[in-house]
Parts: sequence; C-alpha cells; structure tokens
Amino acid sequence: MTEGTHSSKSMGYWQVVLRQLKHEPLALISAGVLMILIIAAIFAPWLAPADPFKASMLKRLLPIGSQGYLLGTDELGRDMLTRLMYGGRLSLVMGIVPVFSAFCIGTTLGLLAGYLGGRVNMVIMRTLDIFYAFPSVLLAVAISGALGPGLSNSLIALTLVFIPQIVRVAESVTTQVRQLDYIEAARMSGASAFSIIRVHVLGNVLGPVFVYATGLLSVSMILASGLSFLGLGVKPPEPEWGLMLNTLRSAIYSKPFIAALPGAFIFLTSIAFNLLADGVRSAMDIKK
Amino acid sequence: MMVQENTPILNTQDRGGPAQPLLVVNDLKKYFPVRGELFAKEKKFVHAVDNVSFSVSKGKTLGIVGESGCGKSTTAKLIARLINPDSGKMVFDGDGVAEYGGIDLKEFRRNLQMVFQDSFASLNPRLTIEQTIAYGPTVHGVSKLEASIQARALLQRVGLAPELFASRYPHELSGGQRQRVNIARALAYQPRLVILDEAVAALDKSVQAQVLNLLQELKTERQLTYLFISHDLHVVRYMSDDVMVMYLGQVVEKGPVDRIFSHAAHPYTQALLSAIPSMDPNKRTLKPPLEGDPPNPINPPAGCRFQNRCPKVKDNCRSISPKLAAVGEELDHIVACHLNLDPHTYG
Repeated sequence: MTEGTHSSKSMGYWQVVLRQLKHEPLALISAGVLMILIIAAIFAPWLAPADPFKASMLKRLLPIGSQGYLLGTDELGRDMLTRLMYGGRLSLVMGIVPVFSAFCIGTTLGLLAGYLGGRVNMVIMRTLDIFYAFPSVLLAVAISGALGPGLSNSLIALTLVFIPQIVRVAESVTTQVRQLDYIEAARMSGASAFSIIRVHVLGNVLGPVFVYATGLLSVSMILASGLSFLGLGVKPPEPEWGLMLNTLRSAIYSKPFIAALPGAFIFLTSIAFNLLADGVRSAMDIKK
Repeated sequence: MMVQENTPILNTQDRGGPAQPLLVVNDLKKYFPVRGELFAKEKKFVHAVDNVSFSVSKGKTLGIVGESGCGKSTTAKLIARLINPDSGKMVFDGDGVAEYGGIDLKEFRRNLQMVFQDSFASLNPRLTIEQTIAYGPTVHGVSKLEASIQARALLQRVGLAPELFASRYPHELSGGQRQRVNIARALAYQPRLVILDEAVAALDKSVQAQVLNLLQELKTERQLTYLFISHDLHVVRYMSDDVMVMYLGQVVEKGPVDRIFSHAAHPYTQALLSAIPSMDPNKRTLKPPLEGDPPNPINPPAGCRFQNRCPKVKDNCRSISPKLAAVGEELDHIVACHLNLDPHTYG
C-alpha cells in the first residue's frame, strides 16, 4: 500500500453528502429542532409535567406562563405543554408513516415503470393518473371518509395520496438513468433486469426520490391535521395537533395565543422538514 | 466483375478456425417508426440502418466512419443487441447468434463488449472503480473475491495503480483515466470482439494517443478484434486494417485502409478524405468538401442516397440505387456507386 499524501481510501457517496451537509446551517438547525420535537414526543410520559387527560374546570384557558402551566391550559383545563408533547407522537407518526410506506411502494412501482417502459409503464402511470384528477386534500378526505374515521384508516388514506406523486418522481428519474451508457454497459453483461435494477438503477434513483419524500413529510402532517380537524382522523380526547387546533377553535377570540399553539407546532415541524429536505438536496449535488 | 458482399462466404470447414471471420453481419436493418401525426396516411420510418452487411476477420480492426447521424452507433447497438434489429443475421465465429443451434445471447454478449464515447455516463457514479469492473464477471458466475482480484489486475494493466484507484469513484477521475476504467471493464469479460464507439473522441489529443496505444497493445496481447467507430479519419487510419464508410444508414464503401485512403472510389469517401486537415500546405484547399446536409432519413429518396450532394450525379443515380460491387480487380475493395460500374458513361 502507498503511504503519504495520496489516500488510498476514498469516501463513499453518502459520506460526501454528510460532509457537505455540515455546511448547510439552516438544515442543521432544522435537524436540531426536529430532534428536540421527536425526543419530546417519544419520551413524553417521562418528560411531560402533567397528565394529558386530567381536566379541571377551574383552570380552563389559563394564559401562557401561568404558575405550573408553562404554556397555559386548554378549554378543558388540561396542561397545554403536556398535550403538545403527547400530540407530537401522533402527529409525527401521521407525518412519517404514510410517507415512508408510500416511499417504499411508490419507488418500487416507479422503478418498474421506468425501467421496463412500454406497456408496463403505461398501465402503471395511467392508473395513477386517475388519482391526479383529484386535489390531494380532497382525495385524502374522500378515502378517509370512505374507510371511516380512525388512526389506521387515515394512515392508509394518506399513503394512497402520496403513492402517485412518488411513483411519478421515481419513474422520471429511472427513465433518465436508464438511458445512460452505464446501464447499456450493464445490459451488455447479460445480467438480469433485477440485478441491473438492484446494482445500477436503485442507488441512482433513491437519492432524488428520498429528497422529494422528505418534502412530503410536512404535507402529510398538515393533511393529517386536517383530517383530524374534520373528525376523520384521531378521536378526542386523544391529543393530536390537528385535533387540538379544532377543539381550541372556540377560544380563538378569548385566548388567541393558546388557540394558535398547536398550529405553531405544525408550522414549526413542517418548515423544519422542508428546510432539511432543501439542505439534503443541495448537499447531494456532489459534482460541484 | 460483381462480387456481392451481401453473401459473405461462411466457411463451414473452418468454423472456429483462423480463416472464419469472427463476426459476419448480414442485411442488418432497423427502421425507427416516427411518432406524431395521428391521422398520417402512411406510417413514417427513420431508415437508421438499411441492409448493412459486413464481416470482420479475427485479430483485425474494422474502422467504421461517416458523419454524425449516418447510423454508425445504431449499427454498434444492433450488433450488441442493445436494440433489437428489424431483420438481419449475425454469425459469430461460425455460430448463428441467438438462433437454434447457435450461440445464445448471454454467451454472445460475454464475447462482445463495448466502450462508449462518454466516459462519465458509462460509469455508475455510485460504484467504486473496482465494483464497476468486477460486476460483469460476477454476472457470469465468477466469485466476488476472484472478480475483484481480476479487476485489480486489469486496473494495473490499463495503467491505473489499483491501490490508488480501486476504491475511488468515477467523479474523482479524469476523462482519460475513466476511459481506461471503461476499457478494463470491457476486458473483464474476456471478450473476443470489442466495439469502440467513438471511444477516444472526447479525450484531448495527448491522452487520446496514450489510450490508442494502450488499445493497440491490448489487441495483440489478448488477440482481440476491434470494431472501431469514429468520425476522426486520422485515428481510423492509425487503428484500422479495414475501413467501412457509411452514409445515411448504408454502407457505401469498404476496403483495406491503405486502399481507401489512396484510391477512394465513392464521391462521398473522396469528399470525407479531402476534409482531413493537412500538415502539408500544398494539400490544403479552401473549397468546402461537401455542400448541403444529408437528406432526411425519414423515407429517403429513391436511387442513390448521396444524389443531392454528389458532384458527379447522373440521371441513373436518381432512380436506381447502386449495389456494392468490387472496384476493378480489387476484390476486397467494394463500393456502391454507379460511377464504379460504368466508368465510360460517367467518367
């Protein structure tokens, strides 16, 4: 082995991306904010100052900064901070789970449609075009309404909403990659389509699709909140940001800051997801 | 004296022997349908490759030249079966390709490899150099360890120190280095025929010379046969034993390299040769070698396809398409031109 200035070990693609991500301050801050929110949500039973279901008629709608209630109380006198921490659990699940399942299903379909082309492509893409005929909010409400309210049904509804979008991105990236010479070279090896997709296509398609899916996390959270707001998602008294926004609606004139808190958390989380996605996108451009 | 190249002799006694051409291509044809007008009266086709026939002898280099869009690269892809031909047969060392009793496609592809023009696009950006080279042999059943030992040996052979380059990624290499990697990748299959599709066109001159010399060394060392596709006539002359000139999807002239460069018989070949920049001031000319563009390959004109640009065009050329025929007594020099067949009338 040689020693000296030349290093024989080269950095892998994701190592380079990670190193470049360190030069994206906004993305790093966003990642930090998300970390705090996720930790707060996961460890809510240990970290939360109160019981999220314990109501008190005497302590209704206490203002932010009250004694013992850092972020005030809601319309039933429950501690807002506790409920926001617990609410983060469901809201984050509703943000991440549908996007993750849509990512797995959508990427598979997109790879098949893009790589095989022709008739397979036509069947897959035209079928999914039907979903495009509806705005995503309407589609989520319609599917969720048809399946009935409940957490798992809204997860399914949101997954179905995101699949067509992810398939489209995966399909167009695959179609581009497929035309490159290294795929032709791999085809000349006589390898099977499965082997070529696994070794040569997947790695080059996953990145852009991953970035796109990261951007969908915030959309998913907002749509999930919308479903809960409409009574199609989580049922009260379960804490969830969208549902809390709904129930606090009546207090919007008397205690506007309290009523806005769940909304502020939805906004904070979704903007953090978006900024992180932007950062990852520019860090993945390694040819600069 | 008419010798039809369309029916190359298949020497059955010498199947697999030195006199049997390594690859015989017969009447290869590919028309691409033109999409568009919904209510078009007749379907239009781009005549990309039209009845191309030729053979390559073992250990030789056949240069294929022609301007861009003449079907050189399509021919290469048809031979490699990256595109399926509409019709045409191929015989690889006496065995029909992908036909009953012949050589199957997977085995044929192991014997034939290709080096592309764009050295960056032809390497997977997510794989290390070693992984890229080792991928092919593993597909054909070589163990991972064995394949990576071979890959390192090949890197050494193409002039890239394995300890420095094996674990690098394509974007960390220069164009010349990447093309060496592509050559190593092709050689990893231990092919007998290598198609070099404008393999050195994107490299600068000094690197180009190094890569060409490497290719020449590898050819003798491993008894390779090359199909060398290029638009650079200097390079073709340096590399090739035989030259085939294509125009608008058809072969217009083929012969030994010295013969073509000294006694080109087709007006198109003559025009191409006159366009070579010369170091000798007396050979320089200000006259443009050819005027106009090639005709639209969608439903090309009847007769000779070169008619609208040919300086010696005659009436016959507009109606009858010329067939490939030997030039005088030179049986291995063939040309498709009416001037050749009847020099007295056309002069």
